[in-house]
Amino acid sequence: MSHRLTPRMWLTAFLGIARRETLRFVNQRGRFLAALVRPLVWLFIFAAGFRAVLGLSITPPYQTYVLYEVYVTPGLCAMIQLFNGMQSSLSMVHDRETGAMRTLLVSPFPRWFLLAAKLVAGVIVSIIQVYAFLAIAWFWDVQPPAIGYLAVLPALFLSGLMLGAMGLFLSSAIRQLENFAGVMNFVIFPMFFASSALYPLWRMNESSPLLHDICAANPFTHAVELIRFALYARFDLLSFLVVSGCLILFFAGAVIMYDPAKGLWARRKGGA
Amino acid sequence: MRAPPLCQMPQDALSIQHVSHSFGRFQALKDVSLTVPRGGFTALLGVNGAGKTTLFSLITRLYDNRSGRIEVAGHDLRRQPGAALARLGVVFQSRALDADLTVAQNLEYHAALHGIPRREARARSLEVLAQVELSDRLHARVSALSGGQQRRAEIARALIHRPEILLLDEPTVGLDVKSRAEVVALTRALVRGGVSALWATHILDEIRPEDGLVILHRGEVLACGNAGAIGGDDLTATFLRLTGEAA
Repeated sequence: MSHRLTPRMWLTAFLGIARRETLRFVNQRGRFLAALVRPLVWLFIFAAGFRAVLGLSITPPYQTYVLYEVYVTPGLCAMIQLFNGMQSSLSMVHDRETGAMRTLLVSPFPRWFLLAAKLVAGVIVSIIQVYAFLAIAWFWDVQPPAIGYLAVLPALFLSGLMLGAMGLFLSSAIRQLENFAGVMNFVIFPMFFASSALYPLWRMNESSPLLHDICAANPFTHAVELIRFALYARFDLLSFLVVSGCLILFFAGAVIMYDPAKGLWARRKGGA
Repeated sequence: MRAPPLCQMPQDALSIQHVSHSFGRFQALKDVSLTVPRGGFTALLGVNGAGKTTLFSLITRLYDNRSGRIEVAGHDLRRQPGAALARLGVVFQSRALDADLTVAQNLEYHAALHGIPRREARARSLEVLAQVELSDRLHARVSALSGGQQRRAEIARALIHRPEILLLDEPTVGLDVKSRAEVVALTRALVRGGVSALWATHILDEIRPEDGLVILHRGEVLACGNAGAIGGDDLTATFLRLTGEAA
């Protein structure tokens, strides 16, 4: 057997990893439902309640006053991706605990490629979830322009990669599944609430300039804004740069952490 | 340069030379050297904590090998990791199959991780499942298999990319007597078919006099060579004497 990895072999490996992620997702129907129900609850209940108390002035990319449901939808799309990224992180820790991770890591393909393939496969799953959510939201009068549904695709891909890479990075540092509750409390919730997902940043500035600055520095805010602008066929350069930069940082961190020579595993017994 | 190890042989499937490994201050492996000849069954014998799993983790590159040299079928693990790993089939001590997927899906996934296209993977799945006598469980979920069947499915997974050497880390742990005998017999049949095997164990009756034997204790190789020559009439007594565990 030749040991040279041909382009076809790389593609085969990627498709194999993507297929496994999809099969796992299909097998876990509850996960799909939860991924849909969570943002829908926010849209149907939370947004309906807040609609009455939270006035929104004209905020880019919107060119007129919009309903709170419309405003909150891009944030809920990003929330789906945030939870999906964390779910991937959880599944990496689970795979590591059960030993399934070893199967992946003893592949002859370089580790960065294996991690990237797993990341991209997870993002594809999250994009399917987002489009399912947008389809339901359409019936709830959240109707961005038709071109927006296409324009948002690359934005979702990039934001999904960034949030997935963050999950990958976190998974390398989480030793046991039990520690995942800490991730929920210290990563997911602060990231989501301290962002522009639920309220515009100018609103935040009215109540606390410090909180505004924190929200403005939050990478999740930029993922939300990237999606929000793309959904209205507009491009937000700052969000694109921040999301891209964070993607590079998180992914590089994950590759280093999963490297047998450099990462934490190099100092751990039984870490794999 | 140190003297070559006791059991160095030409045409080695696996060659480990002067490998050490530490976790912080704890030295798990101390200057370990051993070889697995092509087409041979070599037992890596040691009590729990001897360093067997650490050694396997180094051979499979789960841990980085910072000292000494590991070659798989002549490929240096550090300089040619892809080529070396492509020639290794690994059965880990703990379960590595996805319990939610079927046997076929697991095998196809593993084949993909070695760049084997799906159509060929399907053909190979039938082939390796016939080898491990699990053909009738192709579409069964792994969670529905018995412990012995899961072990055999693990071996099928490790064989699907046609490796030159099989690493089996205590593959009979947790199995009943019948399943244990089946897994041992299966591995020996594979070795007769030309695969080399490094079999980590702490169970002495899994070793035959004609096997290669490496006794690992507290991270050090105490003996290396032919099991019959090392153990003589009583391998148990020899093992206990060498490891200082004799009463």
